[in-house]
Amino acid sequence: MAKVFIYPATSLILSDMVARFGHEPLGSAIGIRERIQTPGFESPPLQITPEEPKKGLKWAAVEVPSGVRGRMAVYGPLIEAAEAAVIVRDPEFAFGCMGCARTNELILFHLRNMGIPVLELDYPESEDEGIAFVAAIREFLNGLPKEASE
Amino acid sequence: MAEYIPTYVGTVTKYVFVESPLLTPKDLAVRAYEISGGVMIKETCFGLQVTGTPDEVEALVAKVREFDPFHIFVKDRGFPPGDERRCRANLGGARPGYLGHEFEMKKVRYISKGLEAAAATAPSLPEKPKSLDARRLKEMMDAEEP
Repeated sequence: MAKVFIYPATSLILSDMVARFGHEPLGSAIGIRERIQTPGFESPPLQITPEEPKKGLKWAAVEVPSGVRGRMAVYGPLIEAAEAAVIVRDPEFAFGCMGCARTNELILFHLRNMGIPVLELDYPESEDEGIAFVAAIREFLNGLPKEASE
Repeated sequence: MAEYIPTYVGTVTKYVFVESPLLTPKDLAVRAYEISGGVMIKETCFGLQVTGTPDEVEALVAKVREFDPFHIFVKDRGFPPGDERRCRANLGGARPGYLGHEFEMKKVRYISKGLEAAAATAPSLPEKPKSLDARRLKEMMDAEEP
């Protein structure tokens, strides 16, 4: 079972596909859950403490806005743990403020430069494209190691 | 600032979406209650939210999927159900994340077709022209002796 980072990180379709075909999806829910269930954070509701932008320095330079670094404190450890990635290009709903937009760019940059297997595709717009979409993901995921990592 | 004391520590929460001509979210909820075995289930307009220990939730989700494997979709959720920071009852209006679900639920019928096709056969992928990788291009340029 490989750890597969999904982009958009909140995607229902990608999360389901990865789990359905026998791997572990890594998305924003995993990082958020860790914070939600950790006692002692000082700033609910977002659970982003002043420490988060400091942690984010590992993935983004100091002149990068702290919002991006705060977000990377959530996504960075997941990207580092990822053994593969499935990316949907230009997802319409993944727009947002500049912090989200720049974080998304940084996530894609890291995924493409890590040297892990990456599958990039577009959301299907028809039944035929849906069939090709599922087939591509299935073939990609079947090519990943099935045994547990670590 | 008040200390934050988390609830439902050690649990996982999963969304179960159903988009089926044969199974409504209400039917799914009733069937899920029958096999829940103590796992917390919250009915929603699109399906369920299931909360419990990872093993319990995994087992329940696997059983629930069997009701209509091509039309039931599952994903993780970071927040537990009813969390005041996300529950629309407290916020007034759609909760954060709603637009993403709405967008993807328009696409899942195509995915269902894809899953049915994948189960029926193993279709060969259409040939797509591959663009030249930038690293490969640089290697080719470097290999050129002056």
